[in-house]
Amino acid sequence: MSLPSQLLQTLWPFRLEKRPEPSSTMRLASPLIAATAMALTGLIVFLILGKDPVTAFQVFFLKPLSTTYDLGELALKATPLMLCALGLALGFRANVWNIGAEGQLTLGAIAGSGIALFWGEALGSFALPVMMIAGALGGMAWAAIPAFLRTRFHTNEILVSLMLVYIAQQLLGYLVHGPWRDPDGNNFPQSKVFVENAILPMLVEGTRVTAAFIVALLLAVASWVFSTKTFAGYRMLVAGLAPQAAAYAGFSERRNIWLALLIGGGMAGLAGISEVAGPIGLLQPVVSPGYGFAAIIVAFVGRLHPFGIVLASLLMSLLYLGGEAAQIDLQLPSSITGLFQGSLLFYLLAADLFITFRLRRIRRESRAVAGVAS
Amino acid sequence: MNFEHLIPIFVSTVVAATPLIYAALGELVTERAGVLNLGVEGMMLVGAVAAFAAGIATGSLVLAFLAGMLAATAVSLLFAFLTLSLQTNQVATGLALTLFGVGLSAFIGRGYSGMPIERVPRLDIPGISDLPVIGPLLLNYDALVYLSIALYFALSWFLNHSRAGLRLRATGESPTVAHAIGEPVIVIRYLAVMFGGAMSGIAGAYLSTALTPMWVEGMSAGRGWIALALVVFATWKPLRVMLGAYLFGGVTVMQLYAQGFGVDVPSEFLSMLPYAATIVVLVIICRDPKTILLNQPASLGKSFHPDA
Repeated sequence: MSLPSQLLQTLWPFRLEKRPEPSSTMRLASPLIAATAMALTGLIVFLILGKDPVTAFQVFFLKPLSTTYDLGELALKATPLMLCALGLALGFRANVWNIGAEGQLTLGAIAGSGIALFWGEALGSFALPVMMIAGALGGMAWAAIPAFLRTRFHTNEILVSLMLVYIAQQLLGYLVHGPWRDPDGNNFPQSKVFVENAILPMLVEGTRVTAAFIVALLLAVASWVFSTKTFAGYRMLVAGLAPQAAAYAGFSERRNIWLALLIGGGMAGLAGISEVAGPIGLLQPVVSPGYGFAAIIVAFVGRLHPFGIVLASLLMSLLYLGGEAAQIDLQLPSSITGLFQGSLLFYLLAADLFITFRLRRIRRESRAVAGVAS
Repeated sequence: MNFEHLIPIFVSTVVAATPLIYAALGELVTERAGVLNLGVEGMMLVGAVAAFAAGIATGSLVLAFLAGMLAATAVSLLFAFLTLSLQTNQVATGLALTLFGVGLSAFIGRGYSGMPIERVPRLDIPGISDLPVIGPLLLNYDALVYLSIALYFALSWFLNHSRAGLRLRATGESPTVAHAIGEPVIVIRYLAVMFGGAMSGIAGAYLSTALTPMWVEGMSAGRGWIALALVVFATWKPLRVMLGAYLFGGVTVMQLYAQGFGVDVPSEFLSMLPYAATIVVLVIICRDPKTILLNQPASLGKSFHPDA
């Protein structure tokens, strides 16, 4: 055995041992472990920043849950996260790595806004349904690009879908600075405010949460039915778990890629139009504070399972609200949210290891034996 | 248009390509060892903010670059620990690293927005840098530009002509065989990931102290991802990384000069060019699946567990 390996073993005297069977307890416990570890990290960060950790903790994690309005905000911010994550999870399970939900969300916002701005009045009570469909189609169209390039030219969907995020943001910038800018808007880069029949109705009086939250919950159920009760969902599951078995069974890889990206893109597009037709009410240069990227974390924390994603999106939404509250009450930077979100995923990935492995300490004798053996 | 006008375009192309060279060559080494680190964008941002903060605090650009390298290496170690010691999925962990890096850099950099910093100086060798044409064209860059070219030569030699490079490549092609003949696969991979981290750190530091001497949240603007695409485009060969980086540098500066040439296109569409170009070159190179299959390190992205 070489010196570097020996050094590594002294520093890290543990050995990973595969469990006879993946632990289903750990599968559910791991997001909780990760969330706890993230909260502990939060405490340390608060301490470093010289804030009383108990107060900070209260402001960050409990205050956003205290009033009806706050709970409405929780559901409001969870909506786009849930929509994007449900679609992404379907792909991740089938080994299709769409990480451009942010771009698909943007295109959904653009497509739906086009309807609202040009035909909003004429469509009357049909405006909202048409906008929703246009939003979903916009997101699908954007996701169709990586799907086409992957199936036709074997181009990696991670890089293509990500590049399209930047292109979508530039396109949005062009529209609100140029042709779609409100001529009476004091030169602000934003569109006209949508007409009333093109704005999503409030769900609960006194909050800002819209009907899109209900749509997202229904889609979570639909997504569960799709992946557990339909053959198409089953094919995607097999493709992710056992690609060779899927190929042997004659399941088409192309069809899975198209399905995963179109569904993911459509859901992200729906999230985009729900944002502009909901809390924003017009088209502006930034329509999302990175919901499409945060949804990647939501998908993993939710165990790629629709109902897990519902819970995870509420947790992630809490992190956004906590960041805002911490900024107002404690003068902490709101960017702390990104730090928490990122570390949550790290902790989750680390904790996930113990689903399939367990840690065993390497005893001195066995180390010696290992040394002789090699 | 005469020759004089081409000089500034050439110069800005070289400068714009430099951070891409560092990040892509670093990732190339990581990937040749069989590890796919999608966290380049995050590591660059961490490097950029660390370098900026250190530059402001110490006033020394050397220390700024060291800080950028160290900080990015530190976060790359986090990735290495998770993927190599804990065997987590490399794609998911790399994404986590990028998301974490974006958040961490925004958090650290919150006080630094809008602050000025001294720009990395250009070398000014009396008598030589003033030579007509050749002077401004080739001999008037900052030191990092020349070092990036030196890095290319050093890496080409290392990968293809040194014993250590052979061991690195063996680890990437077949970790099982490398392990069987006694190579410390995990240690080699740790070092490769750390090297990638350090280079991303330099790339980030270059962004915040040389290319645009300031700190802006998310200032890498997808360059980390473009660097990842460059490695694929280069079919894991250093020379083609260089060519690709200069090509992309050219596309990036085109948007600055296009309007000067009377190209009447909204600036947003010009800003899309580097991203669109990335997609186009990926399509060209991936069109024939054999190109990737024959060149990609065989174990790229797969976890390796010595006991398995």
